[in-house]
Amino acid sequence: MRKILALSLLFSAVALPAHAALKVFACEPEWAALSTEIGGKLVNVYAATTGGQDPHQIQARPSLIAKARAADIAVCTGAELEIAWMPQVVRQSANSKIQPGADGYFEATSVISLLEAPAALDRAQGDLHAYGNPHIQTDPRNILIVARALAAKFSALDPANAASYAAGYADFETRWTAALKKWEAEAAPLRGVPIAVQHRSWVYMIQWLGLREIIALEPKPGIPPTSGYLAEVLETLKKQPVKMIIRAAYEDPRSSEFIAPRAGAPAVMLPFTIGGTEDAKDLFSLYDETIGLMTKAAAQ
Amino acid sequence: MSGKILLRLGVGVVSMCSAAQAGEAEDLAALKAEIADLRSDYEARIEALEKRLQAAEAKSDEPTTIAAAPPTPTPAPAPAAPRAPIGQNAYNPAISVVLNGTFAAFENDPSAAVIPGFPLDGEAGLADRGFSLGESELALNANIDHRVYGNLIFALTDEGEVEVEEAYIQTTSLPGGFTLKGGRFFSGIGYLNENHAHNWDFIDAPLPYRAFLANQLGDAGLQLRWIAPTDFYLEAGAEVMRGDGFPAGGAANNGAGTYAGFVQTGGDIGVSSSWLAKVSYLRAKSDQRDINGDIFSGRDTLGILSLVYKWAPNGNATTRNLIVNGEYFFGNERGDYNLTPVDLDRSGFYAQAVYQFRPRWRAGARYARLMSDSAPAGLISTALDDLGRSPDAISALLEFDTSEFSRFRLMYTYDNSDTSSNNEFLARYTVIFGPHGAHRF
Repeated sequence: MRKILALSLLFSAVALPAHAALKVFACEPEWAALSTEIGGKLVNVYAATTGGQDPHQIQARPSLIAKARAADIAVCTGAELEIAWMPQVVRQSANSKIQPGADGYFEATSVISLLEAPAALDRAQGDLHAYGNPHIQTDPRNILIVARALAAKFSALDPANAASYAAGYADFETRWTAALKKWEAEAAPLRGVPIAVQHRSWVYMIQWLGLREIIALEPKPGIPPTSGYLAEVLETLKKQPVKMIIRAAYEDPRSSEFIAPRAGAPAVMLPFTIGGTEDAKDLFSLYDETIGLMTKAAAQ
Repeated sequence: MSGKILLRLGVGVVSMCSAAQAGEAEDLAALKAEIADLRSDYEARIEALEKRLQAAEAKSDEPTTIAAAPPTPTPAPAPAAPRAPIGQNAYNPAISVVLNGTFAAFENDPSAAVIPGFPLDGEAGLADRGFSLGESELALNANIDHRVYGNLIFALTDEGEVEVEEAYIQTTSLPGGFTLKGGRFFSGIGYLNENHAHNWDFIDAPLPYRAFLANQLGDAGLQLRWIAPTDFYLEAGAEVMRGDGFPAGGAANNGAGTYAGFVQTGGDIGVSSSWLAKVSYLRAKSDQRDINGDIFSGRDTLGILSLVYKWAPNGNATTRNLIVNGEYFFGNERGDYNLTPVDLDRSGFYAQAVYQFRPRWRAGARYARLMSDSAPAGLISTALDDLGRSPDAISALLEFDTSEFSRFRLMYTYDNSDTSSNNEFLARYTVIFGPHGAHRF
């Protein structure tokens, strides 16, 4: 009986920090999954968007405002990816913890050297991101860099559980490093393979796997193609054939499905993030699925 | 089994409380020893974890680990270098400009437009015939410091006048979900009122907004909002304002003539739909409010019910989406109208739907109607006389956007709100340059 009493005391002592779990408002599913990888049961994670949604264009919905109101930390891509909705959600949430600049506002891109930062900003060039291309999650090596910074951020916000976050990160790092080796081995046949992209959201993956981007199906970032432009794309693809035309799950399939049969290359829908396809269930299966789909297309 | 444990736990707690009385000193001592054991065991484990943390940190401090890890020919991404220092203008506020260009064709003369039974404030008039420049807006906003955000919006009218549309400061760091706003701002009542006119789906305000709020209620004052710490969205707000914005007039009550309050809630229905519902109340005093020589002193109360529903397949609004919303207005005006006592119950509503059927193309329809009250005998043939008409209007909209920064809209209205029916045609471009602020829901 004494043992049980002691256990009950222990339980109440342990239960206290568990109640104080960090509430994480993750802007995209990949950061929701990463938060769970690092924080485990110490974090209570809400993903604001799904893999089927365009993270550029989300409505500042009442449900998002309510979740942001309760959050201890917002974990977002940043670099203006969420500029069309997140500032409104954060301001309306009246939550001082997650205001930009506050301790509970974390942007994944803040720890990554961004590619394609435009030298000059002019909207005649399309919908440019002033700080560079924000789609960093297409290179899994970036995930590890963000993971480290995120673990440090969790520890700073919740020092009592710092050891657990460090342990969570260490465990994730081990598994991720092994997975990276596997993916790089699997993706070896993709090196140098020419591809076309529907929207320029793949620059980090292209650099990682050594793919060659021949052309984008958008004349300018964020500007849907006209039929005249697609004719030009077909001309280019006749001279420089590609192995596949890739697009993110949330994108309108029409332009790549129009081009694909005419260019004799398959249109490949990649998950882009967790939930983009049925098999991309977590961070690991996201890259399993991406590389699987691409190597299959390249082998045809 | 679990019941037994619970019972034992309960007995344990009780026995702990009454240990001294019951003379179970022996038990207590043993218990203390056990807790001490547990504590030292825990401390040892925490120490071990701290050591692991330090080791992990030391390891991650070596910059070479990340760069060297992947054995691929392409260089691994390096953590970002600190950004170069930027000059003083880095603190410039976000500046954006909205331009509206309009072409309007009206069957009847728009400058003589009235709604019988509803005296119209000058702001609620129709556009001029032919080509015109609508109001151009210049907006400046920034965080002033870690506690306050500021916003200033000028409207440059077609006549070359500068009006302050909004100029307010707003807190960003009050505890407990509170936000306090002060200055000149659009009242939070209703659904459309707080949104800027260029963000409305239709080119003009629907009839109830024209008749009850002179298109949009903006005034100087204070607003306090509170968002509840609930899992679902629940927000309440209260306002006190000067009392210069229609339906108030003359800054009654020593310049605190208007009070307003609202409560709103909303949520998602699955992944594709979301909704917002709102109840608003306005109480506005008038002291010698003058509309075209008609003098009113008294008070207006207005209740508004608002509903908004948005749909997009899988919540991805890029290709197709639907927005349906409607609002019902209940107004009462009581006081002296040209020295004749009045007590008028009037109401109105509108319902509209806008559907994006392919990227950058939207079509919409709107119906609006007003219900007037009969004017007292002494006020026959004034603006309060509804002339036996029941004002309504039906509109159709077609929109093409070249990007999210520029909208081109065509709108046709069969307007039956005036003394005779009117065919109205409006074409407008609305463009935004500079940083594009995020939209409200």
